Amino acid sequence: MGFLSLFSKPDPGVQVLPSGTVTVDRNNNILATTVSSACSQEALQQIGDQVLTLFREARKAQLSLSELTLHFSSLKITARELRGGAIIFLAPKHSFNAVSH
Amino acid sequence: MDARMENRYKVLIVDDDPAVLELYRDLLSQLPSHPEIFTTTSGARALSMLKSEPFRLLLCDLKMPKMDGLQVLMIVRRRFPELRTVVMTAVQNEEFRSRAYSLGVDLFWLKPDTQQNMEMFLQCIESLLGRDEEGGFRGVQSKSLMDLIQMECLSQSSTLLRITRGSLTGRIWIASGELIDAETEGARGETAFRRILEWKSGTFENLPAEPSRERTITKSANALLLEAAQALDEVAAPSSQSAEEVEQADHRKTVWRLASLSRAGADFVVSLPGADKSKPEGWGTEATQELGQWMQQAMEVCQKLGRELQAGSLEHLEGRSLDHRVVLLPNDGRTYLIGWPSKAAQVSEQSKQLIASWDS
Repeated sequence: MGFLSLFSKPDPGVQVLPSGTVTVDRNNNILATTVSSACSQEALQQIGDQVLTLFREARKAQLSLSELTLHFSSLKITARELRGGAIIFLAPKHSFNAVSH
Repeated sequence: MDARMENRYKVLIVDDDPAVLELYRDLLSQLPSHPEIFTTTSGARALSMLKSEPFRLLLCDLKMPKMDGLQVLMIVRRRFPELRTVVMTAVQNEEFRSRAYSLGVDLFWLKPDTQQNMEMFLQCIESLLGRDEEGGFRGVQSKSLMDLIQMECLSQSSTLLRITRGSLTGRIWIASGELIDAETEGARGETAFRRILEWKSGTFENLPAEPSRERTITKSANALLLEAAQALDEVAAPSSQSAEEVEQADHRKTVWRLASLSRAGADFVVSLPGADKSKPEGWGTEATQELGQWMQQAMEVCQKLGRELQAGSLEHLEGRSLDHRVVLLPNDGRTYLIGWPSKAAQVSEQSKQLIASWDS
């Protein structure tokens, strides 16, 4: 079955889910991040922007949230409010840690 | 033309490597069902082919330029929900496996590297191609729970039926074709039986009979099934009710929901309809409109994030404030926001149970 070596390919050319933390200020400037540089700055800012929007709009609905956890099927995003900004934890889920707590 | 040849299933293989495509074409065309094999090297081309032909199965590589396999599968799931999908990859990565399955892929298979693996792979593909034509009891899935119980009773069976609907579980004991007991969520006997029969969908399994089970149901199965069918018909045809009856039913429903809310220990629930844009409904809160607006925005934000990060769909969102914990839960086309006291534990599980009981 030597011809099956055709199947092996090196790097996965698949978008990898971001993993690590990112801290943004109230204007969505990234202050610090441990997310791999394979994840673009724009993607991180997008996450920051959406998270800050969620906190801001919740305040308008008289729901002053200090922490948010978004459980997607493959990614868990936890965000804690930080003086108008937020610290955001990004944790990809797989079979070994898929159970949400 | 041979009828069998006319009804051949169409299989589409997407891989950026033409040599791999050729190899798969040769291998899959030897399957017993003799599928018609189509190939393409790009995800975009695959999508246009899927639009123009009725394919049965899509085999997709993960690593491809421009549009990767997960992107292709995400679009395919939305546009062609009936299509069976298989990921073939040389990448041993648990995250990709998990993401592929969360997109609803039928099979995630590491590209075979031994003859034995290759044979297993081909067997799986053959099974996926002909899955719904096999015999056995699969057809029972299209029957309602009432049909199933009737079948068990008519055949004088003794069995324990376990029915699951989301996080709700019910059990129905049948002995020699007679209903003897039922149990769900704290209710027992006829009440539990009626409650279980109201569930619109779910899964069930037959467990071994329990002959020593104490009898709590004395009415015949037929009488109970008839009563349940009449009750369901009344719910399905509300137009025959007078305005006063409708109002009374709504009032009873509200009282029941408030009682179950307080029993569960929750503070409030807001329910937001899906596409019909009607107003949110709230129980236990004065801020229904404001919360409904936030729920709408939060769902939009989460859908956008899930799409752009390829993180899949939102299962639920949890929020914490000084005096509350909240859970935003998409369920069956509606979105619910459930508020809990700040000290409540396991709020996501409790929310799912509460909403499953409301929904049923």
